[in-house]
Amino acid sequence: MTPDELRAQLTEKFGTLIESVTVYRGETTVVAAKTCIADLARFLRDDPACQFNSLRDVCGADYYRPGERYEVVYNLYSLPHKTRLRVKVRVGEDDLHVPTVSHVWAGANWAERETYDMFGIQFDGHPDLRRMYLPEEFEHYPLRKDFPLMGIPGSLPLPRK
Amino acid sequence: MPSSVIEPKQKILRALEDQDTTVTFEDPLENEMVLNMGPQHPATHGVLRLLVRLDGETIVSAVPDLGYLHRGYEKIAENSTYHEFIPHTDRLDYLSPLANNVAYVLAVEKLAGIEAPPRAQYIRVICAELARLASHLVWIGTMAMDVGAVTVLLWGFREREKIQDIWDLLTGVRFTTSFTRIGGIAQDISDETLAAIRGFLDQFHTGLSECQNILIKNKIFIGRCEGVGYLSPADALAYGVTGPCLRASGIGHDLRRDEPYLVYPDLDFDVPVYDDGDTLARFYVRLQEIKESVKILRQALEKLPHGPVHASDPKKVLPRKERTYSRMEELIHDFMIVNFGINPPVGEIYHAIEGSKGELGFYLVSHGEGYPWRLKIRSPSFVNLQAMPVMLKGGMISDVVAVIGSVDPVMGEADK
Repeated sequence: MTPDELRAQLTEKFGTLIESVTVYRGETTVVAAKTCIADLARFLRDDPACQFNSLRDVCGADYYRPGERYEVVYNLYSLPHKTRLRVKVRVGEDDLHVPTVSHVWAGANWAERETYDMFGIQFDGHPDLRRMYLPEEFEHYPLRKDFPLMGIPGSLPLPRK
Repeated sequence: MPSSVIEPKQKILRALEDQDTTVTFEDPLENEMVLNMGPQHPATHGVLRLLVRLDGETIVSAVPDLGYLHRGYEKIAENSTYHEFIPHTDRLDYLSPLANNVAYVLAVEKLAGIEAPPRAQYIRVICAELARLASHLVWIGTMAMDVGAVTVLLWGFREREKIQDIWDLLTGVRFTTSFTRIGGIAQDISDETLAAIRGFLDQFHTGLSECQNILIKNKIFIGRCEGVGYLSPADALAYGVTGPCLRASGIGHDLRRDEPYLVYPDLDFDVPVYDDGDTLARFYVRLQEIKESVKILRQALEKLPHGPVHASDPKKVLPRKERTYSRMEELIHDFMIVNFGINPPVGEIYHAIEGSKGELGFYLVSHGEGYPWRLKIRSPSFVNLQAMPVMLKGGMISDVVAVIGSVDPVMGEADK
């Protein structure tokens, strides 16, 4: 499916919830409203023309700007069509909640946990939203741009003596 | 015993008793047991920690716990130039550093819109396939050792040692290669290295068939592997499993063929697929992949074209060192690239290669600066490990090591 066909189909199905469909260096990116991400994920997986049956990655990005500061990026791959698609949703600092897609692709489970661990984005409906790498007591989110590279001294709780 | 000796002893004992993990049961036979395996366990291939709930010897559920080797590479990447991050990629999948170097520079080149010349691309294919061979040789040894065949470990490492000698000739180091550069490679391949690779390939089939013969007709090995750690094709897809684990579940997906990069379209190779989805199938897939890699290497050596190994884009490709010392223009470019970076245009890309463990991808966001705004490593070990609880469920406790071995995780990559 060409990007234009995809745009037409998505706009028909989701209307204004699809913000844009762009192509850069041969890669198609869909920016959507975060409220529709679970429905969009299900559509992209099940629609015979899309069939993005493999979720390759979920990651966050901190753009450090006022308003919608974060983005959650879903990298999809379609094994039948051998094509890739990137879906992005924007997340504001005041509302760090995104619906989970782990019921659509089971593989989203850990990837969303990692995004939560690194950016503090809450995935609503996630079955097991714990930190992926860092200890549960750690209070900061290290991949946010306001977290210093050297870390925060004393922020990592050490085992009791 | 005097009290001065007893007291410190009791103090140590008290310190060892952790309230969180000490559990007492009234009737031990009536209860399920939680077994903590790792992070310091010889069969977990690094620092993987696995919590296994057991009913007798049967696994009820398993929960992997990651993060013991988390070094924050994505944060480091945001604070270093594109060139500066190349040495860090060695430390991701430390069994195949050359393949990581190739994957990273391919992503940066896609972002910057440059392409390496054909000779460099062929050399990169040679690098990636040598890395796959080295990684699979460690895997065949460690996995065989996990199920009891210690001999193969030494044989596998003996062959890998020869590959590392080739890396030594090619890159100057044995482990942390950092060989690729944006727009090319660090140095051209010498005739001596080419001869060494040919010499290695000529004798390799003897060493490999030794390893193969001691395993594939071995009743104990087959008994420990057959039907163990089953992963259905549907589960493999749902969990995003890639690489040999996916191909052992009957889905023939290989990025070298399905989304060609470098010069793989010019090379003739097969993608081995097995339908059984168990540990033995994953063993056979990797074994066949080793043979395919040898095939690819032979063709790449034969077709290796002459020509430059650096793209001609002075603003983005580091100049040759000897020219920097003698020419003003090159000195300025070298200074600018080293100090301020290559400034790719604003945009974002994702590029993946078929690494030895599966799809190794880099998602890069550029704001037009010398530093990446965001770099995400899509590491195959991390994703493949996620499917491990599915493989383990309902199995026996003794199968855990065989399943971990067959998934072949490298924690440097899974923990980033």
